[in-house]
Amino acid sequence: MAPLLDVTNLVTEFATRDGLLRAVDGVSLSVARGEVLGLVGESGSGKSVTGFSILGLVDPPGRIASGSVVFDGQELIGLPENRLRQLRGRRIAMVFQDPMMTLNPVLSIETQMVEAVLAHQNASKAAARERALEMLGRVGIASPASRLAQYPHQFSGGMRQRVAIAIALINRPDLVIADEPTTALDVTVQGQILFEMQKLVRESGSALIWITHDLAVIAGLADRVAVMYAGRIVEQGAAAEVLELPAHPYTRGLLDSVPANNATSRRLKQIPGMTPSLLRLAPGCAFRERCERAAERCIDMPELKLHGARHVRCHFPLVSA
Amino acid sequence: MTLLEFRAISKHFTRRLDAIERFARRLGADVTETSVRAVDRVTFAVAKGEVVGLVGESGCGKSTLGRLACGLLDASEGEVTFAGAALATQRGVVRPIQMIFQDPFASLNPRMRVADIVGEAPRAHGLIDRSQVVGYVADLLQQVGLDAAYARRFPHQFSGGQRARISIARALAVKPEFLVCDEAVAALDVSIQAQVLNLFMDLREQLGLTYLFISHDLGVVRHLSDRVVVMYLGRVVEIAPTAELFAVPNHPYTQALLDEVPRIDRRKRKFVPIKGEIASPLAPPSGCHFHPRCPHAMPRCSEAAPVLREIAAGRWSACFLNER
Repeated sequence: MAPLLDVTNLVTEFATRDGLLRAVDGVSLSVARGEVLGLVGESGSGKSVTGFSILGLVDPPGRIASGSVVFDGQELIGLPENRLRQLRGRRIAMVFQDPMMTLNPVLSIETQMVEAVLAHQNASKAAARERALEMLGRVGIASPASRLAQYPHQFSGGMRQRVAIAIALINRPDLVIADEPTTALDVTVQGQILFEMQKLVRESGSALIWITHDLAVIAGLADRVAVMYAGRIVEQGAAAEVLELPAHPYTRGLLDSVPANNATSRRLKQIPGMTPSLLRLAPGCAFRERCERAAERCIDMPELKLHGARHVRCHFPLVSA
Repeated sequence: MTLLEFRAISKHFTRRLDAIERFARRLGADVTETSVRAVDRVTFAVAKGEVVGLVGESGCGKSTLGRLACGLLDASEGEVTFAGAALATQRGVVRPIQMIFQDPFASLNPRMRVADIVGEAPRAHGLIDRSQVVGYVADLLQQVGLDAAYARRFPHQFSGGQRARISIARALAVKPEFLVCDEAVAALDVSIQAQVLNLFMDLREQLGLTYLFISHDLGVVRHLSDRVVVMYLGRVVEIAPTAELFAVPNHPYTQALLDEVPRIDRRKRKFVPIKGEIASPLAPPSGCHFHPRCPHAMPRCSEAAPVLREIAAGRWSACFLNER
């Protein structure tokens, strides 16, 4: 079965005052129905821009320079804006980190949810309201009937994110792209949201791309993981495999940096240096400068090669081929 | 030896009525001043050289407690003592307590050079004179892992991790004994966070510092602290040595909190959430604040608040379950 979403060699560039910035550089990934893909990376790795590019949400000075995004057999790049609008919110939905990016502060939740249904479906207002009520209940909002008439400011942060998720899922999309939706939330609320998302994906068979910097969240949620560094995917494979035996030195370094993993040792194994500026990227592997395994060969950009069941972009991977 | 001690300290914030509300009240409307008990009779001590982690979710009062610890806020009730004397009486001398703030972007003055940011306080306190500033700042920058040549730069020329280091250098400049770190690594990427955490531990060893480390990140707290204090809606619910707290949490809230933390070694797990959300600190539930979300709640939990009691050596918990 062909995957639901197939991204190949996606390149997204931003024209800045200091030159052309390649935020996403040749990213290829795919997601099947019912699958959860975790897209992991630190700030500036291009993970969010990848998500925006899939939806065609890159505004000037940014542009998708090349590559292809095939969704359910249809090429999305170059698709006219009105066609994209039919897809967004209907078949592909996005959940943002800040729910206030999705919610309009001066409209009631009811207006916003009903509008989302009517924009894509030929339904009556009453039916749309029914659907809104049902969704609010599904994301775990107590007494949805009384909450529906309220405005976003009357909800807590966690509740707002639930409403944003309810709106994203209201048209039963085939693909949900979630960009750090729980980062701003408290752990107990995050646990609830993860629970709801997991349940909704399982029930509806939607595909989910979960963009985050938090490896621990990915560990609990994702089937597959793609790790990004400086605009490129450096490792991609089954979540269990990647997190247990990372092949790329950067993935290894990230895992070692997480304090909970090192509770016994008093010093964290750290990655030296910092993420390189995308504007002044030296040739070759972008992680070279911080990598303890780096050698002269790393001056040539390694290809994303298959090692067992996963893809690794490294000349000296930590697992044998 | 106790260095810093909170003695039944409380902090209330009251929102004053505005002109219209005062007028409405005069006309007989039912408007009263609303008050938040951000910190509610908290008592615990931090020993010299110890790292105490303070955890809790947003609105639990952990940042307020941190500010009370370094005198940025005055307590409504109770007192803070430092080295045996009330903190309030120690004003004006070189502060042996320093604070490191969460946001390395907002807590550095964008119009000041690093040399001034770091060098101003020790000069004002007379630790060094003008001619010594350059050398003093250079030493501090090196201590936190920055190039001394950066002293002439402005904050916007640095990355998040470097700014965190500048904040730390600024705090160290007056030779503090006690550091209050309020979510000091929360804004940093994982790989940078690891570097800064290592720096905190190195400094502790080199300078014999004592920390009150405030964080919502249990992984960070577990890694760094000797003892952990858990707060919920203004009250301390549990205090325990780190290893014991993570092995056998006593309070139902601590148990729930530890259970919610995503961990890398728990793969593809089924998330089972704790019910409900944190109540608003404006209208906390009666009795034990946690009872509406607690799986073990009994009738008496909504009637009276359990007090923090010692349940084993060095372990304190505020729960009626321990009284059975």
